[in-house]
Amino acid sequence: MKRFPILPMLAAGLLVSPCAAYAHLVNSGLGPFYDGALHLLLSPVDLLALIAITLLAGCAGARAGRWTAVMLPLAWSIAGLIGLESGTGLEATWFSVISLLVLGGLVASGWQLAPAVVATLAAFCGAANGLLNGSALASLGAGFVSLMGSAATVMLVTLLGAAYVVSLRSAWTRVVVRVAGSWVAAIGILMLGWTIQGAG
Amino acid sequence: MKIAHSHQSSRVVTTTLLVALMCPLAAWGHVETGQAGGFLSGLAHPVSGLDHVLAMVAVGLWGAQLGMPALWVLPVAFPMMMAFGGMLGLVGIPIPGVEIGIAVSAIVLGALVLGQIRLPLSAAIIVVAFFAVFHGHAHGTELEQGQNALLYSLGFVIATGMLHGVGIAIGLIHRWKLGERVLRVAGALVMAGGLLFLGRALG
Repeated sequence: MKRFPILPMLAAGLLVSPCAAYAHLVNSGLGPFYDGALHLLLSPVDLLALIAITLLAGCAGARAGRWTAVMLPLAWSIAGLIGLESGTGLEATWFSVISLLVLGGLVASGWQLAPAVVATLAAFCGAANGLLNGSALASLGAGFVSLMGSAATVMLVTLLGAAYVVSLRSAWTRVVVRVAGSWVAAIGILMLGWTIQGAG
Repeated sequence: MKIAHSHQSSRVVTTTLLVALMCPLAAWGHVETGQAGGFLSGLAHPVSGLDHVLAMVAVGLWGAQLGMPALWVLPVAFPMMMAFGGMLGLVGIPIPGVEIGIAVSAIVLGALVLGQIRLPLSAAIIVVAFFAVFHGHAHGTELEQGQNALLYSLGFVIATGMLHGVGIAIGLIHRWKLGERVLRVAGALVMAGGLLFLGRALG
């Protein structure tokens, strides 16, 4: 007796089910908190700067990583609130370019910075990027909860990233981190060219 | 029993494949071409010309021959100086003889691999950095308008790094006697390619 093909039929049912076209991406569909998180994760320049500072913190050791994981989201949140209130749609391309150049260069150079220096840099970058993000969120009509979503993502990325880099022991893994830093710096150099070209 | 099971499996696979073809796809009616296109365009640019590919792979090959720390210092220096050259091209600062410089880079780097020449690290960095500027400048002046700057740059740098990675991976055969010889032959091929491109640039 011929058996009913359950598996193919199940696969067929799943595959022919209609999918959303996602022609107009608007939000995560999971509420303002995740919209804020998504906004950061879909902003390559912010994400790249965040990864660079995370690598720098990890390279400087566990203490620097811990300080960064506190200072960066804190500064991001406070400055983000100011950005939300001002809501002027601030633009700071030059700041993004310089931050990529400096942070990438520092990671590539392999200098062992003191934890206080790394924490200060993290707070400065966090404040500047938080202000810009808060302002961008305000112009999109998002509010405090979205800002907290982005700040939580900053904390998560910093914690996980820095902890991972701190845990790296073998020489070649350290080299990979420095190469990643050099790539960030190279992107910063190219961005500098684009920015000058756009300004000219 | 085994045959019956095999038939059953093949039917499952065939049906699934057929049904997969019926799967409705998103129309992508409004793709942000500037964003996605920027990254893909950046990724494609360094691999778009054989002259660039030869030189970048040769950097990795030479780095592998020289060993640590040149193994990773050279592939770090090259993208940074290439980005610097790209920046010069973007802002419109001309460099004379860019195509000749690119062809000569393949000749010199190929010769260094062929001869297994061990320069001091600082000299090796200078050689690589000098030629990287020509490659970057060529890319910088060839860029299309309207690309997303950051994503283009990201793709561009990743592709350059990957080409060095390919060179390093191939260069690891240097550990074996036969691999050492193969690597030198690869250097000769890079050099020959460079001569060909030099002929074209001058012709």
